[in-house]
Amino acid sequence: MSNDTDGKQPSLMCQAWELLRKPTGRWSLGAILIVGFATGIIFWGGFNWAMELTNTEAFCLSCHEMEQNVYREYRGTIHDQNRSGVRATCPDCHVPKPWVYKIKRKIQASNEVLHKILGSIDTREKFEAKRLDLAKNVWLAMKETDSRECRNCHTFSAFDLSRQQKRAQIRHDEAVEEGKTCIDCHKGVAHKLPDGAFNAEREMNETWNAVHKKK
Amino acid sequence: MKIKIMAIAVALGLALGQVAGFKDAVAADVRALRDSPVSAPDKAPDVYKVQDGVKHERAYRQQPPLVPHATEKYEIDLKVNQCLRCHEWPYSDQEKAPKISDLHYIDRNGVRQDTVNGNRYFCTQCHVSQVDAKPLVENKFQPAVTGR
Repeated sequence: MSNDTDGKQPSLMCQAWELLRKPTGRWSLGAILIVGFATGIIFWGGFNWAMELTNTEAFCLSCHEMEQNVYREYRGTIHDQNRSGVRATCPDCHVPKPWVYKIKRKIQASNEVLHKILGSIDTREKFEAKRLDLAKNVWLAMKETDSRECRNCHTFSAFDLSRQQKRAQIRHDEAVEEGKTCIDCHKGVAHKLPDGAFNAEREMNETWNAVHKKK
Repeated sequence: MKIKIMAIAVALGLALGQVAGFKDAVAADVRALRDSPVSAPDKAPDVYKVQDGVKHERAYRQQPPLVPHATEKYEIDLKVNQCLRCHEWPYSDQEKAPKISDLHYIDRNGVRQDTVNGNRYFCTQCHVSQVDAKPLVENKFQPAVTGR
């Protein structure tokens, strides 16, 4: 069918392999190193730059599934608007900062691209129907990482309990003692809670404690 | 003829003057709660902080207990009621929060149900948090329990 299979000529793949295997007699090792190093920087920088582009609020909102559901609920919450004007946008909470975990999350996101193409949640009704499962995924992910993304900003060790309100002081003190994590209590902080959230929460805690809790 | 016209003019003038004076007097007596002119937009109300951790006593027997914390961020809708996440049994024991009274479970036929009745579902209709705001008008209300 194609040209490279007929006659005695080796296939294109074989030719390419030969080219890579053969030591060059034309270019100096220095030139190859310098060119390789420079292109390496450009490619690696370009890769990270493109990945960071997908880590912006604008990128998330380019899908109407995000803009018309979760974003509109997030508007006006404490992470969107507050007295000091410091915002935590989508990727701050939903994409890990450490590189390895970030790459892992980005690979997982290919599943989200698939469901974008399939239109799994492309109407409000479909979104609401799937909402409990989606929320449970996020809760479990945060529980597994000990609320890593929350703790990028909110660290227990940096809490000044004396400047918190009385109820918060008591509960945060307990949380530190019991080794609780942020998401254990702070669900539905930036988005509305799904139907059946509290039952799902209890089930999740029960299975979690059965596996992880040391007696 | 001339005198007649003059008289009418004087009478009219007097009448108008009196109406104007009367209007001034009324305007001086009536003070609206809203100080901005009618044509101007309302002045933004002062912002008061919700009283947190302050125990509010009941002022009369049937009074729904007041909420000693902010409630604006708690979601109360068809899907969830975040108040119940702490104040409904068994959560109330875990979270050491006051348990809502069992009367909230009685439906309109007087039958006890296992979930909070729809009539009583919207907590903030009766239970509200308080701010330390100055009353707009003088108020002579006295709590019913004083002197008992």
